[in-house]
Amino acid sequence: MAELLVWPTVIAYGEAALVYAGELRGHRGYDRLGIWGVRVGWLAQTALLLAQARSADGFPWGTWAGALNLLSWLVVTGYLVWGCRPRYRLVGLAVMPLAACLVVLAWAGGGTALDTRGDGWALAVHAGLMLAGLASFTVAAAMAGLYVFEDRRLKRHDASVLRLRLPSLEALDRLAARATLAGLLLLSAGIAVGLLWLDVNGLDAAMTVALLIWVVYALALLVRWEAGVRGRRFARLLLAGVLLVVAVLPLTHFAA
Amino acid sequence: MRLALAGVSHHRAPLEVRERVAVDLDAARSLARTLTADGGPTHEAVVLSTCNRTELYLAGDDMGIAEHADRALLALAGSGAPALAPAAYRLADESAALHLFRVAAGLDSMVPGEGEILGQVRDAFEAGAPGPLLGRTFRMALRAGRRARVETAIGESPASIPAAAAALAEQVFDGLAGRRVVLVGAGRTSESTARNLRSRGATIAVVANRTLARAARLADALGGHAATLDELPSALQDADVVVSSTSSAGVVLTHEALAPVLRARRGRPILIVDLAVPRDVDPVLGQIDGCFLYDLDALEGVVAATLEGRRSEAVHAERIVSEEAERFRVWRASLAVVPAIASLRARAEEIRSAELARLEGRLPDDERDVVDTLTAQIVNKLLHLPTVRLKEAAVTADGLLYADVVRHLFGLGEEDEA
Repeated sequence: MAELLVWPTVIAYGEAALVYAGELRGHRGYDRLGIWGVRVGWLAQTALLLAQARSADGFPWGTWAGALNLLSWLVVTGYLVWGCRPRYRLVGLAVMPLAACLVVLAWAGGGTALDTRGDGWALAVHAGLMLAGLASFTVAAAMAGLYVFEDRRLKRHDASVLRLRLPSLEALDRLAARATLAGLLLLSAGIAVGLLWLDVNGLDAAMTVALLIWVVYALALLVRWEAGVRGRRFARLLLAGVLLVVAVLPLTHFAA
Repeated sequence: MRLALAGVSHHRAPLEVRERVAVDLDAARSLARTLTADGGPTHEAVVLSTCNRTELYLAGDDMGIAEHADRALLALAGSGAPALAPAAYRLADESAALHLFRVAAGLDSMVPGEGEILGQVRDAFEAGAPGPLLGRTFRMALRAGRRARVETAIGESPASIPAAAAALAEQVFDGLAGRRVVLVGAGRTSESTARNLRSRGATIAVVANRTLARAARLADALGGHAATLDELPSALQDADVVVSSTSSAGVVLTHEALAPVLRARRGRPILIVDLAVPRDVDPVLGQIDGCFLYDLDALEGVVAATLEGRRSEAVHAERIVSEEAERFRVWRASLAVVPAIASLRARAEEIRSAELARLEGRLPDDERDVVDTLTAQIVNKLLHLPTVRLKEAAVTADGLLYADVVRHLFGLGEEDEA
C-alpha cells in the first residue's frame, strides 16, 4: 500500500509546479496553494522513502530509478529549507516540475517499489553523498536557470519585471555558487568514501563520469574565483554542467 | 449616534481649492477639540488632511450633525467657501464609514494603493477626538487598510519613475546598502531618483556635471563628491548604479568611452538609468554583459505595468473593504438592541440577587456560595440564546421589533414608568 504514496507525491509536486507556472503568467493569489503542494508532496515522499528503507535489507536506492527517487527528495528538501521564503518562492518554478518528472521517472523504473534488494552501509553512504552532491548541482542549475531568465527580462525591459519579482540577480548568482560549492564538497566526500571502502577494480565508466563531473564543477568555481567569471557566464557554465550530468550519468552509472 | 463626513478631495476639487482647507496635524488636533467642545451636536471629531483631501468625520446624537460637519468645513475654507461648496461631498453613517475604509486602503488615492495614506489616517485618528463610534470606525478602517496591503499586492510595485528605477536596482543587486551611485547631470529628475536610491541605503558617490559648481551644490546636498563629465569613465569603474539626466543635445556616455570600462567589470552588474531626452547614453551599451540600461520609455513601460497591476489588485482590495464595511454595518445594527439586552440582563440579575438575599442567614456561607454560582450559571445559560438571537435579528430589519417584544415580555422599563 505504501507504494501508492508515489501518486500523492507526483500530484502535489505537479500542482505546485502548475501554481508557480500560473503565477508566472500573472495569476496571483494562489501562492499558498503552491507552498502547500510542496509540503504535502514532500511529506508523502518522505513517508514513501521511510517505508522503502524499512522494508529493504540495506540501502534501497542503489538502482538508477531508486537514486532518482532519493535525488528528487533531496532537491525538494533543499528547496523547502531555504527556497520557500517569499523572495525565493519562485525558485520552485525551476525545482518543482523537475522534481515531479524525476519522481515519475523513478516510478517508471521501479525505484518507488518496496522490498527492494539492499546493499551494504558503505554503498549507502557513498550513494547518499553522491546523490546529495548531484541534488546541490541541480539546485545550483535551477538558480542559474532563473538567473538567465531574469537577466533576459531585465535586458529586454520586460514590463512585468517588477510585477512578478524573482530574487535579485546578485542573490541568484551567490546562491548558485554556494550550492555548487556544497555539491562539490558532497561529491568529493562521496568519491572518497567510494575509493576507501568499496571494492574498486580499476577506473570504470561510472567512476570516470563522476570524476569528470567533479572536474567540470571544480573548474566552474575556479574560473569564478580566479578569473572573476560571474553572472550570466557563470550561470551558463552551471547549466552546461547539469546538462552533462543529465546526459551522461544515467547512461554510464546506472546502465547496469 | 450618527456619523457624518464632509470633505473635499482631488476627485472634484483642484489644488487651489484643496489648499484652502488643508491643515497640518497640530491644526487638525486643535480643530477636532474645538468642534467637540463648543457645546454643539458633535461629541466626537477626527480631521483627516492630506495632499489630496481634507475630511471632517463627526459623530453625535443630533440629526443635525451632517449640517454641522458641512458648516465646519466651509468655515475652514474662510473666504474660499463659495468655491469649495460645489466640490465638497457629504456622506453619512455606513456610506461615510465605507468611504473611510476605501481611503485607508488606498483605493481613493490618486495612485491606487499608495503607501502613505494608512499612516496619515492613523495620525489623524490619534490626533483627533474620537469616542465610541469614531474610535471603532477608525480602528476598522485601519484594519481594512492593513488587510488590503497584506492580503493583496496593491502596494508592492513602484508607481513613479524614480521609485521604479530604485526597484529595478534592487532587482539587480541584493539590497542597495552601500551601493555606489553616480549621478550624471544635476537636474531635478536625477536628484529625486538619487534621493529614492539613498532612502534605500545606496551611497551617492559622484555627482558629475558639465558645470562643476552645480555638481558641487547637489553633491553637498546628497553626499559624494563633485566631478566634471571628463572624469566619468574612471568614476564608473566602481559604480553600481548610474543615473543620467543632462540637458545635452548629444550622447554623453558614448560606447567608445564606456565599453572598455564596462567590459573590464567582467560581467559585474551595473544599472544605468537614462532619464534624459534626448538620451544621454548610447543604447548599444545595453548589449554588454552585466550592463542593464533603462531609458525613459523602458521605465515608463515598467511603471505602466505596475500601475496596471495595482488596478487589478484594487479589485481584491475592494472586496476586503466591502467585508469590513459589512462588519461595521453589523456592529452598528447590533447597537440598536444593546439597550434591550442590557436591560434584560440587569433585570435577570436583579431577580437573582433579590432571591439570594432572601436566603441570607438561612444557609451556611459555603452553601450560599454554591447557590450563588449555580444561579449565575443558570441565568447566563438562559439568556445566552436570546442575546445571540437578538444580535442576529439586529442585522436584519426586525431588530427593533425583537427588542420591543423582549421589553414587553419581560416588562423591562415598566417599573421605571410606574
